[in-house]
Amino acid sequence: MSNSVLLGIGETKTMSATPTTTSHAAAESGARKGEPPQVSFDVFRVLRDDGTLDPATDPKLADEHVVDLYRSMVRTRVIDERLVVLQRQGRIGFHIGSLGEEATIIGSAAAARPQDWIFPCYREFGALLLRGMPLQRYVDNMFGNANDPVRGRQMPDHYTGRQYKFGSVSSPIGTQITQAVGFAWAAKMKKDDLATLTYFGEGATSSNEFHCGMNFAAVFKAPTIFLCRNNGWAISVPASKQSASDTFAEKAIAYGMRGVRCDGNDLFAVYATVRDAIARAAAGEGPTLVELLTYRLSGHSTSDDPKAYRKEQEVEGWKLKDPVVRMRAYLQKKGLWSEQKQAQVEEETDAALKACVKAAEETPAPSLESMFDDVFAEMPWHLREQRDELLKGPRAKGHH
Amino acid sequence: MPQMNMVQAINDALRLEMRRNDKVVILGEDVGKVGGVFRVTAGLYDEFGEDRVIDTPLSEGGIIGAAIGMALYGLVPIPEIQFADFIFPAYDQIVSELAKFRYRSGGEYVSKLVIRTPMGGGIRGGHYHSQSPESQFIHVAGLKVVCPTNPYDAKGLLLASIRDPDPVLFFEPKRIYRAAKGEVPEGDYTVPLSQASVVRPGKHLTVISWGAMIYEALDAANQAAAKGIEAEVIDLRTLWPIDIDTIVESVKKTGRVVVVHEAPKSCGLGGEIIAMINEKCFTHLEAPPVRVTGFDTPFPYTLELEYLPLAHRILPAIVETAAY
Repeated sequence: MSNSVLLGIGETKTMSATPTTTSHAAAESGARKGEPPQVSFDVFRVLRDDGTLDPATDPKLADEHVVDLYRSMVRTRVIDERLVVLQRQGRIGFHIGSLGEEATIIGSAAAARPQDWIFPCYREFGALLLRGMPLQRYVDNMFGNANDPVRGRQMPDHYTGRQYKFGSVSSPIGTQITQAVGFAWAAKMKKDDLATLTYFGEGATSSNEFHCGMNFAAVFKAPTIFLCRNNGWAISVPASKQSASDTFAEKAIAYGMRGVRCDGNDLFAVYATVRDAIARAAAGEGPTLVELLTYRLSGHSTSDDPKAYRKEQEVEGWKLKDPVVRMRAYLQKKGLWSEQKQAQVEEETDAALKACVKAAEETPAPSLESMFDDVFAEMPWHLREQRDELLKGPRAKGHH
Repeated sequence: MPQMNMVQAINDALRLEMRRNDKVVILGEDVGKVGGVFRVTAGLYDEFGEDRVIDTPLSEGGIIGAAIGMALYGLVPIPEIQFADFIFPAYDQIVSELAKFRYRSGGEYVSKLVIRTPMGGGIRGGHYHSQSPESQFIHVAGLKVVCPTNPYDAKGLLLASIRDPDPVLFFEPKRIYRAAKGEVPEGDYTVPLSQASVVRPGKHLTVISWGAMIYEALDAANQAAAKGIEAEVIDLRTLWPIDIDTIVESVKKTGRVVVVHEAPKSCGLGGEIIAMINEKCFTHLEAPPVRVTGFDTPFPYTLELEYLPLAHRILPAIVETAAY
């Protein structure tokens, strides 16, 4: 397998040193403010091609913990696959998943401490379930029914999980980034020991919010971990057209921030990288930009057909580095996993999902009047008027 | 009772609330050491320190995005946007995030903040230091929009805005920042949101306005009185949610309406107010409702006093509507 497959889209050359000759002129003297930020261009890896761990970088997780995390990865994948089928059957309207990116999500969320908050993009349902959200609530969100945490007000996969220290998903790209920074910054002001993890794709590095968030976090040393899932594609636009930088991690340099590159299909590497970044943030060292090299094996969402813009050959190459496959090989080699266990977790997930789907389909739609709740804390006159008009209308009885 | 101008009254409200509630923080461009380009936050940095009165990088999107995150954590941020004309880099955060947080999270999350920003023309500010973009925020479900016209209301409305559970855009008419003076009580009081104020009673005609134009409306009403027309002038104070009861009560009495605002005419709040009047008290109308507003052009520099709906443009509208 070629090195470029291992290292990811956009990896064309090796840069080994931080650019110490770069001049960031301080206003008065023309001198640098200090040492340049550390950006590692080497891709951090733990899980080697032969299915063993590199002892130099091994985060030394307990075997039971690793097995648990692998189960979460498998569950995430099974749910993803089944939801696509439900969408094709017309039973749910939409799904946006994490096929091929499970290690970036499960590895990072697992590395977070209980007090750390997650500001998601929209592919991180695996992290939400790992944090304890019942599967039923997630499936209710897929159906937008009366038990949906967001009360049927948003598309599927736009969930919320405050009690799990998990933010509210919205569709605009990057808006969660500055919010994660503000949250962490406020916590730091109040001397509260927490960090925020914010997820986004490499496409979001082109957004205003990435720039604003990186800049504010670095200036105010906010304890935020910027998790850039470089999955190769922003819908149909390849990473190579998203940015002229050789890497996404190096964008950290200009902000005065630490940047690291990590094999995003290696759960151990993701875990170790994020754990280290959180420890540094907690120690007052400020934020880190983490580029997680991975690949979006599916389309952008169920509304997208990637065959229109990318070659199957490229996808096949990345399937060889499938994070679930790599983990399974590792576990089987260590005698921690078996065909039976694999079948069991898949069957259990499938059964649990089926039960949740059945319950969700039997749950009614949100009430008509709920459309007008939560716009404001108290409903003003104009919304009361509009609600009453709807309730008097022909759809008041027996909608849906 | 001390005499204050608008700047002093707003500063007084901020100081009072920051002393009362240690969760309140101010952030924005030049709000710290220098106390803001209009000096509205003067002295607060010295009293409360750099963690509560924060000079930020020059980035409205960053200011509002970070403020939303702070609010989600539990602080009560009061970001300042230096001029309302520069709020648009933050428009995505305000429209897509701030306004929708409570709704889109099923009530789980609330992002409570008050965005203060100077608005309006008449200060030789050209396109980018003069606009009145209030209707662009009113059209977004989930935002409250406030605009005081005098020091007493400025302090009381700001304190009410900070304590209100919903996000508020607090537009400060900068043309009258120092010109509008009045008695302001020391200590704590609030002016309730969504309550308009009848600043001049009258029986022949209703003039509805807000911001700096309220003084032009009063000027025109006083000139009309010399012609025997007694105009009632309503200062909306809170633009959204609007106090429809005060408007309808007045129109039912007078049957005639002139709405005055600085913002461009088309799709301005004036059109919406007239539509509401049509829905609620059409049969009481004795004359077609009239708008006297800024024009549908970018805000001009040299001709700004011709663009603004000053008293000399309001008076003929009052006279013609009264005579209809």
